[in-house]
Amino acid sequence: MGDWKTITVPVLSPDSKNTLPYTSESKRSPTSMSSQVLRLSLPSSKNMHSFFGAFCTEENIEQSISYIDRELTTLGFPSIYAESRGKELNLISIINCMNGLLVLQHKNLRAQEEVEMQHLKLGSDMDHLQNCYAKLKVQKLQNIISSRATQYNHDMKRKEREYNKLKERLHQLVMNKKDKKLAMEVLNYVGRADGKRGAWRTDKTEARNEEEMYKVLLSDYEQRQKQLLLENAELKKVLQQMKKDIISLLPPQKQKPKERSEDGLVLSDQEEDIGELNKENMWELSCETVREQLTNSIRKQWRILKNHVEKLDNQVSRGHSGVLNEKDVISREDHELETGKLELEIQQCKEMIKTQQQLLQQQLTCDDDDTTLLLQDCYLLEERERLQEEWRLFREQKKNFEKERKSFTEAAIRLGLERKAFEEDRGAWLKHQFLTMTADCKSENVTTPSAFLRSSDPDICLVKSASRQKKPPSVLSPTVSPEPCQISQYITQNSVASEKPAAHNMPNLCMESDDKEETEECTKSWEDSGVGTLLCRNLLMEQLP
Amino acid sequence: MITQRCGTHFCSGIQRQSFMAVGGWVFLSSLRWDAGACCQLQGILLSRGLHELMLLAVSGCSLPQVWSLEQPDWHCKIDEGSAGLVASCWSPDGRHILNTTEFHLRITVWSLCTKSVSYIKYPKACQQGVAFTRDGRYMAVAERRDCKDFISIFVCRNWQLLRHFDTETQDLFGIEWAPNGCVLAAWDTCLEYKVLLYSLDGRLLSSYRAYEWPLGVKSIAWSPSSQFLAIGSFDEKVRILNHVTWKKITELDHPATIASKKTIVYKEVEKSPTVDTERLTFPPTRALASSLFSTKSKYDISQVPVSLQYIKPVADRANPKVGVGMLAFSADNCFLATKNDNIPNAVWIWDIRKLKLSVVLEQLCTIQSFQWDPCQPRLAVCTGSSRVYLWSPAGCVVVQVPGEGDFQITSLSWNSNGDSMLLLSKDNFCVCYLETEEVK
Repeated sequence: MGDWKTITVPVLSPDSKNTLPYTSESKRSPTSMSSQVLRLSLPSSKNMHSFFGAFCTEENIEQSISYIDRELTTLGFPSIYAESRGKELNLISIINCMNGLLVLQHKNLRAQEEVEMQHLKLGSDMDHLQNCYAKLKVQKLQNIISSRATQYNHDMKRKEREYNKLKERLHQLVMNKKDKKLAMEVLNYVGRADGKRGAWRTDKTEARNEEEMYKVLLSDYEQRQKQLLLENAELKKVLQQMKKDIISLLPPQKQKPKERSEDGLVLSDQEEDIGELNKENMWELSCETVREQLTNSIRKQWRILKNHVEKLDNQVSRGHSGVLNEKDVISREDHELETGKLELEIQQCKEMIKTQQQLLQQQLTCDDDDTTLLLQDCYLLEERERLQEEWRLFREQKKNFEKERKSFTEAAIRLGLERKAFEEDRGAWLKHQFLTMTADCKSENVTTPSAFLRSSDPDICLVKSASRQKKPPSVLSPTVSPEPCQISQYITQNSVASEKPAAHNMPNLCMESDDKEETEECTKSWEDSGVGTLLCRNLLMEQLP
Repeated sequence: MITQRCGTHFCSGIQRQSFMAVGGWVFLSSLRWDAGACCQLQGILLSRGLHELMLLAVSGCSLPQVWSLEQPDWHCKIDEGSAGLVASCWSPDGRHILNTTEFHLRITVWSLCTKSVSYIKYPKACQQGVAFTRDGRYMAVAERRDCKDFISIFVCRNWQLLRHFDTETQDLFGIEWAPNGCVLAAWDTCLEYKVLLYSLDGRLLSSYRAYEWPLGVKSIAWSPSSQFLAIGSFDEKVRILNHVTWKKITELDHPATIASKKTIVYKEVEKSPTVDTERLTFPPTRALASSLFSTKSKYDISQVPVSLQYIKPVADRANPKVGVGMLAFSADNCFLATKNDNIPNAVWIWDIRKLKLSVVLEQLCTIQSFQWDPCQPRLAVCTGSSRVYLWSPAGCVVVQVPGEGDFQITSLSWNSNGDSMLLLSKDNFCVCYLETEEVK
């Protein structure tokens, strides 16, 4: 229980209806005796704030406390003083009072809300009632008007009857007076308008009147009916025309077999309708069923057309968005591009044709000698130049060919030489082997093989020399150029002399010397044949002794 | 001054003075009429007879007198006695005169051929109680007996009663034959909106009622082909019924603001007179003086939306100036001219083929009357000023009546061949000739 010197409790002014949400923080310390002010934050006017702030200041602390005590006691709360008199305050009672006030505040808020709610309800009820009242008033007034109208009519009728009575009376009086006088003075009678004499009023005349009247009416009706028939016929024609147009607009139904059976029916109906309507044209029936058929068929066709148009619209929109599902549907942009290109092409072709025509014309119609000579000269020059170009090209090509040929022949010579060398080597090796082999058996056949070999020696030697002289072919080539052919011929002669299977391969070597692959093959065959010949020779040598 | 036109002839008379009859714009004859001080010329009627043209002068003291224009010696006097006279008219054949006595006691049919008299009892005291068919064969008379309305149809040739039937009206206001002579339209008082259509033989063909409580029918017009019946009512609308179903095909509204872009609004504007200051002489010549001070006007096309001068009527008076009071179809059945009494300065021209408002003519003064040319779609309008206004689909024009002083045109009347018209003011009249274009 500390001493609380100053505590300010927010007091709601009796005028304000606003609920003031406030937050209060109280700092207290049991020891400090300093004045403390509860802080309020009021969202509304500053006046309140200053008002609240102005309630208790440092000067009038005691008075404010006593005031608050009085107020609380009048509200029914216990006193905040610790004792009945004195300046010490009872904390517990203060807190209780505060709590009580808060509770009271909440209750009041709730009550206020309820009251507001009720107020709103009453307001809407009031509006509703006013409307009803207005309507009722209108009805009431209408009733009043109608009752007054009936009253008025009744009065009018009464007055009218009186009036009629007076009229009758007057009429009688007038008629009585008039009977005596001659009413009309006329100099002489005027003839009737139509020249005839007046007729007595009889039944016959009455009947005739009736007849005439009916005739007039009938003629009017007939005329109207004629007009309506004409109109009908025109409208029917228009409808049929429309139907034909719709049918022609629609795509043929046959292409869509996956359509529902309804459309299949429609197709048959269509044909039926056409048939029937054609019949109708011939007979000009206008009975109800035929009319209905026509309108129904038009409705059907129109629906189909509508669906078709909607489909086309969807397709177009899809095409624009870039997703083309149909093959035969080209997007508009592509189509336009294509057409643009085609147009360009056409333009160019046309221009070309024009220029060609012009030139042709010039040629044909040119009479000037000078110009023709000039032109001819020009043409000749052109041609000469062209020819020169061609000659140059030709010569170049010739050179190239020559070069190639030379290189090929060189290659062939080299190849031949190499082959020779190879053969020689092989022959030597075989001989050696053979000799080693036959050295066991006989040593008599040395001469003939040597003799034989001697004949082939120069070949082999040549080949050897050729193979050794492989590296500087250019040096060799001019000297060897006429010779390789001879050598090759020589080789071929030998080979021809030796055996046939070898001979097969020789012509290949000679004829087509520029083919390296073949020369390789030939070397192989040459090797084989070489072996073969050597073997044969060896065999011959065996037989010779 | 009173004038009346019949076909290509017209005559005019001046009260208490001699009167002249002019026919075919060639002065035919002048007749002098002696009358006492009490009698005043109240009306002149030309007959529709074919062979001779009669003149019937109706005076206040119930002594109608008849003259022949072709035989000046011929003369006839009719004495109705003490019954008095309210109205008098010719029959279509020009040989009978129908007099309506005072208090509508009876209608007396005087025959000039036989000197005989017929009576029609209990005629109705209404605006249009007697109606003749266009071919002159039949006459319909509205009657009222025991507070109930009846219609009697007579054959004009021998004045025999053909049909007599009652109508379901509270207080029959008027009857009118269709131009084809086969349908009779009858309408009720303005307290009750009801239009009844009867066939020639008395059968009720149809009954039309647009609404119940507010004031009802103000004016009615048949189209020349009898296809349409236009009903102008106090709610500022015109309802058009068609002859096949007798049902409404459209409602034509007359609002104070015109917003549609397809409507042409011609507004009459005053032209300040241009004065050639060099030509001024002193003293000023008469022509110059009149031209200086007479206001000229011309038509301008107003830009839509246009808001017209609207007058709110006084609520507590009878016969308020509200609603469509004037209706007229053009002769070729293509246009309908109307006047809404709330907007008294405007003539509304509707295109009947499209059932849309085609043109509005906005004048400076109140419209007095308008009439269509009997031959072509041409409308002549007069507003009480000294100008007559002509409209046709080709355009519209203001025609100034030349002359000194003011010539205030109060009514006009076309010649039946459509090339001239009569302009009438209080004391004078003048004839307006229209140039016809040569067809190349």
